[in-house]
Amino acid sequence: MSNQSPDLAKTLRKKRNDILELWMKNQLADVSLREDLLTNEELRAQSEELLDVLLQNLNERNIAEVESADFEPVVEVLSGISISRAKQGFTPRETGLYIFSLKDALLTVVQQELKDDPAQLVTAVLTISKLVDSFGVTTFETFIKGREEVILRQTDEITEISTPVIQLWDNILALPIIGTLDSSRTQVVMENLLQQIVDTGSSIAILDISGVPAVDSLVAQHLIKTVSATRLMGAECIISGIRPEIAQTVVHLGIDLSNIVTKASLASALRYAFGMLQLDVKKTIREK
Amino acid sequence: MDKIPILRMGHFLLVTIQTDLYDRLAMSLEADLVQMVSKTNAKGVLIDISAQSIVDSFMGRIIGNIASMCKILDAETVVVGMQPAVAITLIELGLELKGVHTALNVEKGMELLQTKIILPTEDTSDDDDYSA
Amino acid sequence: MIIPLNKEAVEVKKEQDTIFLRNRIKECATKTGMGLVNQTKLITAASELARNMLRYAGGGNVLVETVSKGRENGVRLTFKDTGPGIPDIAMAMKDGYSTGKSLGLGLPGTKRLVSEFDIKSTPGTGTVITIIKWKNG
Ligand SMILES: Nc1ncnc2c1ncn2[C@@H]1O[C@H](COP(=O)(O)OP(=O)(O)OP(=O)(O)O)[C@@H](O)[C@H]1O
Ligand SMILES: [Mg+2]
Repeated sequence: MSNQSPDLAKTLRKKRNDILELWMKNQLADVSLREDLLTNEELRAQSEELLDVLLQNLNERNIAEVESADFEPVVEVLSGISISRAKQGFTPRETGLYIFSLKDALLTVVQQELKDDPAQLVTAVLTISKLVDSFGVTTFETFIKGREEVILRQTDEITEISTPVIQLWDNILALPIIGTLDSSRTQVVMENLLQQIVDTGSSIAILDISGVPAVDSLVAQHLIKTVSATRLMGAECIISGIRPEIAQTVVHLGIDLSNIVTKASLASALRYAFGMLQLDVKKTIREK
Repeated sequence: MDKIPILRMGHFLLVTIQTDLYDRLAMSLEADLVQMVSKTNAKGVLIDISAQSIVDSFMGRIIGNIASMCKILDAETVVVGMQPAVAITLIELGLELKGVHTALNVEKGMELLQTKIILPTEDTSDDDDYSA
Repeated sequence: MIIPLNKEAVEVKKEQDTIFLRNRIKECATKTGMGLVNQTKLITAASELARNMLRYAGGGNVLVETVSKGRENGVRLTFKDTGPGIPDIAMAMKDGYSTGKSLGLGLPGTKRLVSEFDIKSTPGTGTVITIIKWKNG
């Protein structure tokens, strides 16, 4: 390969304008051109930027090494283009084809330049194909990464939505937990609860776990920590909604909940909270 | 050297820790506070740590010490305003500050002290009335 | 693979230095986008290790780095001293073990507060403790 590579990068750089014109011509002639999403001027500017950063960073060594760190600036521009195209509404297929149409332009130019040397032409074609294919893959990776970020963000949002803190009464907060409690969710629940305690100045928090399918020792540990942290801040935390199965597991696992106020239902926890605040709920007797 | 001001409010003392604490500063607070409790015959001590972004094992221990020492001098200690992140961290660290009362803010801390303490009656004389 | 993104050395020779150290760590952690609770855990852990260094080894150096591993960013702290070293690490890592008439919470507590904890100590040569807190760890 070393017998031809030295020229290839230089040749391409020399032919920059031809390549750009060819590439633009290919793109504008394509039936799938999305003028609705990107004007022709914008498309040209985008293509020019990509081609220039590629040609600037290309040399005789790295042209055959698609993994070379030299291509970082290219990958950066490419990722930027992929992301902005994805946002504009291009399909990954359209963006992929956009990159591959650059290959056609590059190959046409190389073909003209090396038409007298079939052996070198074959090598050059292979090298260029490999390089552009790898860029194509990059655009897909970027696209997927973008999607993954959306999913991660949504996961975070769901976790937040699924742990609402409710002000039940002056000084009393309730946090009904529904669904499985894992470490990271408990973390969110705990932080949420403690922050709300500060924000509302509530001195009693009720953690209702009737919607939690199972309590293992890790979850119990987290619950105990939540209660301890609440106390450090100067509030009291009651755990309610303990089903008989959960009481059984807790004891079987040897978890000591004796320092924690536990109640079977949210209603009895509320009654207990009223007691702590010295509040009395009474039926009013009306005159008949 | 920096010093943490101690405010006297009737039968209570209020300490608001605004600066970042390093060990020697915390230790001098312990000494000053205990002196002050004894001198003023205070019945309650409020330590406001709402401005503290961290409390490590050393500071936690000093707070515990202050509470135990005040107890011996017949005063109750309430730590108020601990930030959620600080509370979570202390629990993970393994420090529960057993024996220290806590409250959400100064106001609630006052209320708590008032329920815990039987204040000396409107007696003009300062000394305790054992004989009665 | 853990890649350091930037680093800074902080000397801890006296108590007040630990306040400077905390602030430097806070700045680094904020840059990674770390949440308040994890920041607090990290800074508390650092405070414990810095105190140990001062108390048992007469001070030392801390390397503060922002690091990345795949998608995760975090802060790595390396505490290095040339003190007496710790003869029995397993013992020192136990809750309640202290040669300083203290609670013995520092080392085991620190380990619980961070994502990664590594301790190397040679009696007579010194101690190196490295901790990492990942942004979401
Ligand atoms: N940098 C160090 N050099 C030498 N010995 C150390 C060092 N750090 C810790 N040690 C030893 O390990 C023991 C345990 O440390 P740890 O921080 O867990 O507890 P402590 O400092 O004694 O108490 P606490 O941190 O709760 O105040 C110490 O008592 C000390 O003997
Ligand atoms: Mg220690």
